[in-house]
Amino acid sequence: MEHIRTTKVEQVKLLDRFSTSNKSLTGTLYLTATHLLFIDSHQKETWILHHHIALVEKLALTTSGCPLVIQCKNFRIVHFIVPRERDCHDIYNSLLQLSKQAKYEDLYAFSYNPKQNDSERLRGWQLVDLTEEYKRMGLPNSNWQLSDANRDYKICETYPRELYVPRIASKPIIVGSSKFRSKGRFPVLSYYHQNKEAAICRCSQPLSGFSARCLEDEHLLQAISKANPANRYMYVMDTRPRHRMQSWWATQKDIGRIILNAMANRAAGKGYENEDNYSNIRFQFVGIENIHVMRSSLQKLLEVSGSRGLSVSDFYSGLEGAGWLRHIKAVTDAAIFLAKAIMVENASVLVHCSDGWDRTSQVCSLGSLLLDPYYRTIRGFMVLIEKDWISFGHKYSDRCGHLDGDPKEVSPVFTQFLECVWHLTEQFPQAFEFNEAFLLQIHEHIHSCQFGNFIGNCQKEREELKLKEKTYSLWPFLLHDQKKYFNPLYSSTSQKLAVLEPNTVSFNFKFWRNMYHQFDRTLHPRQSVFNIIMNMNEQNKQLQKDVKDLESQIKQHKNKQTDGVLTKELLNSVRPESPALKTSLCLKEQTLLPVKDALRTVEGSSPADNRYSEYADEFSKAEPAVVSSEYGVARMTC
Amino acid sequence: MEFSELIRTGQAQAELLRGPEMPPLRGTLCVTGHHLLLSPGPQATPDLWLLLLRSVDSIEKRVAGDAGTITLRCKDLRVLQLDIEGVEATLDIARSIEALSSLESVITSFPFFYRPKGLRLGESWHFHPPERYYKRVARETRAWRLSEANEDFSLCPSYPRAVIVPRTVDDDALARSARFRQGGRFPVLSYYHAPSGTVLLRSSQPLTGPQKRRCAEDEELLQAVLAGARPGARGFIVDTRSAQAAKQARMTGGGTEAKSAYPGWKRLHRPLERGRPLQESFVHLVEACGDLEQSMDRWLSRLDGCHWLSHVKAALSTACLAAQGMEWEGACILVHGAEGTDSTLLVTSLAQLILDPLSRTMAGFQELIEREWIQAGHPFQLRCAHSAFSHTRPKHEAPIFLLFLDCVWQLGRQFPLSLEFGEGMLLALFDHSYASPFGTFLCNSEKERCLCEVRTRTHSLWSGLNQPKEQRKLRNPLYAPNPLAIWPSVEPQSLRLWQGLFLRWTHPPEPSEVAWEKVWQIATDQEKTEGSQPTDSASEPQP
Repeated sequence: MEHIRTTKVEQVKLLDRFSTSNKSLTGTLYLTATHLLFIDSHQKETWILHHHIALVEKLALTTSGCPLVIQCKNFRIVHFIVPRERDCHDIYNSLLQLSKQAKYEDLYAFSYNPKQNDSERLRGWQLVDLTEEYKRMGLPNSNWQLSDANRDYKICETYPRELYVPRIASKPIIVGSSKFRSKGRFPVLSYYHQNKEAAICRCSQPLSGFSARCLEDEHLLQAISKANPANRYMYVMDTRPRHRMQSWWATQKDIGRIILNAMANRAAGKGYENEDNYSNIRFQFVGIENIHVMRSSLQKLLEVSGSRGLSVSDFYSGLEGAGWLRHIKAVTDAAIFLAKAIMVENASVLVHCSDGWDRTSQVCSLGSLLLDPYYRTIRGFMVLIEKDWISFGHKYSDRCGHLDGDPKEVSPVFTQFLECVWHLTEQFPQAFEFNEAFLLQIHEHIHSCQFGNFIGNCQKEREELKLKEKTYSLWPFLLHDQKKYFNPLYSSTSQKLAVLEPNTVSFNFKFWRNMYHQFDRTLHPRQSVFNIIMNMNEQNKQLQKDVKDLESQIKQHKNKQTDGVLTKELLNSVRPESPALKTSLCLKEQTLLPVKDALRTVEGSSPADNRYSEYADEFSKAEPAVVSSEYGVARMTC
Repeated sequence: MEFSELIRTGQAQAELLRGPEMPPLRGTLCVTGHHLLLSPGPQATPDLWLLLLRSVDSIEKRVAGDAGTITLRCKDLRVLQLDIEGVEATLDIARSIEALSSLESVITSFPFFYRPKGLRLGESWHFHPPERYYKRVARETRAWRLSEANEDFSLCPSYPRAVIVPRTVDDDALARSARFRQGGRFPVLSYYHAPSGTVLLRSSQPLTGPQKRRCAEDEELLQAVLAGARPGARGFIVDTRSAQAAKQARMTGGGTEAKSAYPGWKRLHRPLERGRPLQESFVHLVEACGDLEQSMDRWLSRLDGCHWLSHVKAALSTACLAAQGMEWEGACILVHGAEGTDSTLLVTSLAQLILDPLSRTMAGFQELIEREWIQAGHPFQLRCAHSAFSHTRPKHEAPIFLLFLDCVWQLGRQFPLSLEFGEGMLLALFDHSYASPFGTFLCNSEKERCLCEVRTRTHSLWSGLNQPKEQRKLRNPLYAPNPLAIWPSVEPQSLRLWQGLFLRWTHPPEPSEVAWEKVWQIATDQEKTEGSQPTDSASEPQP
């Protein structure tokens, strides 16, 4: 690679991020085409993917060398000290180049080769099939149909080719509505609830500066409402905070006469009493802030949690100041409103924000997750992300900053979604087939650019990049490792957990340590409950299988032999002395036990790791002056 | 019985509301000497609802029309509402509850009348005498002896009859040292750490006073401690007050060990909150936890403002410091604050949990509480007279023991496989320390317990808890003995609010309870299929 000037630097120090006494490990730093690698004196390796690097900083030269701080998108922060400034400068410059690519084709995914042939690759890409998913929801049916209007991305470039719309909405209506909506993102179906016959639909905001009515858009909304025979009204959910709406009021009233009066009333502050007259559409505002507020909120959160010698008080006031948990609650509350509208009122809901690819994706996907247990399985969660995020054009490459682009486009919208899901898994430990590691792994890969799924900003762009031919899909790799991601407490049959009704009282929202301090080993519990339960579960299954096997062996013997021989044979096969049985059981024990022991050990629990050394510095410190003067006084008085 | 004078109304019709998750209960309400009873009639389930009056922390009455409402706030942080027919009945019942719940007399309290089926009086009281711990120490070292100098509680009224002291120090020296320490609490052995051969001691502050008095026997005692440990051992005195506060204590007769008088010993100051500020912290936290409507910002600011988690962090760090001194520096540690009955015990007991695998077993933990809290003279009756809801001005109340339980809970969260007991055990201890049918937490010291004949006339909590039927609630199904020290992280990101306690009633964690049940099921399945013995009988600590 032309950017790499130095491939190896020795005697580099890796500082402990939270230590106030500059504890460090010494080792060698390597720079490869894709990764930065640090191998310390214990041969422990730290790999950092170039794409994960969010920020590289070279700090002022110190006596021990030149400090280099690397902040990663997966919230890893490493602090190196390179002995020679020239080496540091070279690495710094190389990383600057390597971490920000100008072209999609330079991303890791295009060179990553997991040694699969083309048909395996294709099968991997076909693992999540959205056509199948709509079929699973029961579509098409008498009210909803597949529209071919966007087959060539002619109406909306950021939507997928296949879109479901009300059967009574004709193509001219769709085209007309799309012209009235920002980026052509007209109202389409996101999720269909078969039992309630209600739908979650999504779109973007009506175009500002549009002065006339848009009859087609009006018709499309009516059509969505009519497509739900169970309820004569529907909700339009605007996910933006009301105070930011002022400029938008003027345009919203153009939706039509029906809405006009209601909106004019609201704009004039007259309240909602006239809504009953226009009872087929109800407006709901939920205050989710925009991508810029979210970006700076996370920034503040990380600043707080990353500071050294943090006191409990600073932590909580920082948590409050960052507002991050408030935003997580707002997103969850919006999803709950959506789910309730469908479950309790049988009403269809149309969700939108500004462009309909950030907050709208959050609310639609989280709402579906509450309603449909399928999305809480490992496979279902992949489908949900493919549907509401990837296919509907959440701008992954812009939001994750895959390429060197506008930093104002970067925002942790998807991270926020994962955090909302994590909070649900905390509240309903039995409702999800997957565990926290699954969420963390997905988060890792939206930034890694190792797989093609999250590259690009919409389906059209992905097709142009020929991602399915040139890169691999993440999902088969996650499924292959799914053992790691199973939640041992998952109860798939529980009726109580069919629809989740989370409680969003403030106490329920906590700082997600395992996400934001994923790589700060010393902050985590030292023993994993999940692993141990997982293991117990597996052992139970294995033992039960053994019991069954033995029973069936006994049965076989019974069928074959006469009674006299049988008892002898039976005793032989059951008796522990039986050599065959003994070895088989022993083998199993041997394979299981070491793992168990490894899990039980208290890894990394030592006072040195926990930095009490700071408290205990005084164990080796010289006596303070006050005490020695006291010594003199004490002598005199005695 | 004088109770009858305090009961103004025998019974009334009432409806009981027990929070949003539980259905209301209607029936006949009745006040007895120790209980509030509600009988919904024979068909109903349960057919009787019972509340120990002692567990009522505050009572509020309102009357409207010909009915009244009584709100009972309990010491276990539960809030109950009683809707009662009749204004007179309401007022009478409220007055009766008020009078009966605040009775001061120990020997008329419920534990003296409680006679449950299946338990024998006097059982389990003999479980944890000082002799027993001494035997454990004596197996490892000859440097210590069990002294019965305090047989008649004359040396120190808040110590047990027998204490463990350096072998080379005789009882006369102990008596002199006791006179030099506040409340007579001379330095005694709290824990012997066999792997490093070092010891943890506790005492109260020395009475140096403004003249900086000294006491030769006290100095000898601490010298003997170092001499008994490995040669060249150093000692650290962990003072749980700030250097400033320790200095000020001289004005009132207290003080700290002067460096010159105790060669080999070095003082460290680790201020821990106690007394009224700690009680206020508890009250503010409970207030914040009672508000279900508050915004995220308000909640976080109240959580910050009450400082409870800061106290948790401080207590854990100080205990870690003491433990680290013993395990890594090979030093002897003496812990004291002022009286040596509160934050001192917090530090010594937590340090043992960190270092000693035996204290993390069910039996070992009970022994630890018995030895380091009850027999060591933590004044439970004074500290736990009222909980967080009381309107009366706190005098001696302070949730030191609760703070200890919270710290243990944090340890359990960070080392989920290393404690044999679960959250249920900690909750039970909290409940019983504030109001209990058992005698274990009665009185302020062994001396008082002797005078009241607590050991012979009440049941021990341990015999109640060690019944097989209680085990599923109290034990940790994932426990696996862990021979190592457990060093917790004390960073704010690693500490959490103990929801299971502070939000137990406002916010019942039903789904997680179901999940816990599932964990139990998996764990017991494992035991069954492996054919090993289920461990539901209380196991004694290994000899």
